[in-house]
Amino acid sequence: MSTLVSIGELLSTLWTVWAVGLFAGIGYWALRPGNRQRFERDAQIPLNDER
Amino acid sequence: MVLTMFWGVAAFTAGVVIAAQLVWPQLSFDSEYLTFGRLRPLHTSAAIFAFGGTALIGTSFHVVQRTCRAQLFGGAPLGWFIVLGYQFFIVIAATGYLLGITQSKEYAEPEWYADIWLTIVWVAYLIAYLGTVLKREEPHIYVANWFYLAFIITIAMLHIVNNLTMPVSFFGTKSYSAWSGVQDAMIQWWYGHNAVGFFLTAAFLGMMYYFIPKAANRPVYSYRLSIVHFWSLVFIYIWAGPHHLHYTSLPDWAQTLGMVFSVMLWMPSWGGMINGLMTLSGAWDKLRTDPGLRFSVTAVGFYGMATFEGPVMSIKAVNSLSHYTDWTIGHVHSGALGWVAFIVFGSMYYLVPVLWKRPAMWSTRLIGWHYWISTLGIVLYISSMWVSGIMQGLMWRAYDELGFLQYSFVETVAAMHPFYFIRLLGGVLFLSGGLIMAFNMWRTVRGDKAQAVVPAATAAVAA
Repeated sequence: MSTLVSIGELLSTLWTVWAVGLFAGIGYWALRPGNRQRFERDAQIPLNDER
Repeated sequence: MVLTMFWGVAAFTAGVVIAAQLVWPQLSFDSEYLTFGRLRPLHTSAAIFAFGGTALIGTSFHVVQRTCRAQLFGGAPLGWFIVLGYQFFIVIAATGYLLGITQSKEYAEPEWYADIWLTIVWVAYLIAYLGTVLKREEPHIYVANWFYLAFIITIAMLHIVNNLTMPVSFFGTKSYSAWSGVQDAMIQWWYGHNAVGFFLTAAFLGMMYYFIPKAANRPVYSYRLSIVHFWSLVFIYIWAGPHHLHYTSLPDWAQTLGMVFSVMLWMPSWGGMINGLMTLSGAWDKLRTDPGLRFSVTAVGFYGMATFEGPVMSIKAVNSLSHYTDWTIGHVHSGALGWVAFIVFGSMYYLVPVLWKRPAMWSTRLIGWHYWISTLGIVLYISSMWVSGIMQGLMWRAYDELGFLQYSFVETVAAMHPFYFIRLLGGVLFLSGGLIMAFNMWRTVRGDKAQAVVPAATAAVAA
């Protein structure tokens, strides 16, 4: 039981690390200069939806 | 091209939204069915779930089909099931309140039978929405859909967990919650605050990210900022609930955690506000000629103000003064009237002529009247509640030189009376604005010729 508790504590700590890493990754993806043009195109989606 | 089915759904939705706006309980006639305790949840549920929820379902169906270039998954039958099923939930929940049936959880008052029905409808909503996104022809999922989808998924999770109950009998309305004590309180406010975060904030941000670019005819100021806005909001909001339980038996660390995450919410909130407002850069003149857009932009301003005030109130030292007072009521209404209702009005003034293929709303001048009357109403409402709430909090904590409380409770109530009247005045003005809108919309839908309104600026140029 105590082993399970310590594993649980370790996992909850790692979960925080994973969440921070995930968020940093999303931030990098959003702000990467290489994606600039792509996002500018995506921003036009609502303006081009008349068919 | 918009599908016939979609016309029907949206038409009905708009009708219900108008009807919901008119719901404004004010008077009690010594009847148990009309006591404040029963009418108050009727008011909050009518505003949040009937008015807000129906507007969200209608606009989300419109936005997802347009931005995905795909018909609604499940077609007309599923769309109608969701819209009518949701209306049925509202009716059984609201009649339950009047009959005194409640599980006494704020914003989660409906009993088990209504909760189960809503779960079925909501899962159908998720399937229809997700199905439409999956069969999209547009390669990218536009950011407004992220906000709508986060709203649908999170509300499903919150609703199910907070409403886990054991009914007493199959034919009875009473049930007992699976949770008890401080866990129950924490789960309730995990639900309650994320109802604010994902129902009243994220979902209406989805509306903002579609309808403001459409009305202004410009892309959103920064698409990259909208991505950061979305993910930071989602990562942070879910932790903010404990600030509703400051100075209770909830462990101190949880209260502090809730406070810290609430303060962190400043970042995404203001990032989102800047993104919404800056979308108009280079098109600010439209605010003069398009009062519908003025609603949306003012809504974003109120979003910024309300989400500035919220974190301030979540700081424990401030909360010790503000909690349980009218300040909270004022804060909620700057969000509900200023942000939620205004972004809905702005979106509907854009959407109604589009759906019924009219050149414009019947009267642009009436939209202007609606705007100023409602704005004045909000200002009266929130300023009176600020004064009343802070006064109430200060009176509660005032001591005399011997250490006794200086005021009895009833003295604080008497002191608030004038401000209650000002608040009522604000409410009446807001309702009048809603009636003007309903009239304008009815004339538009009926197909009356749009009034020829020549904006002053154009007239001057022509002259």
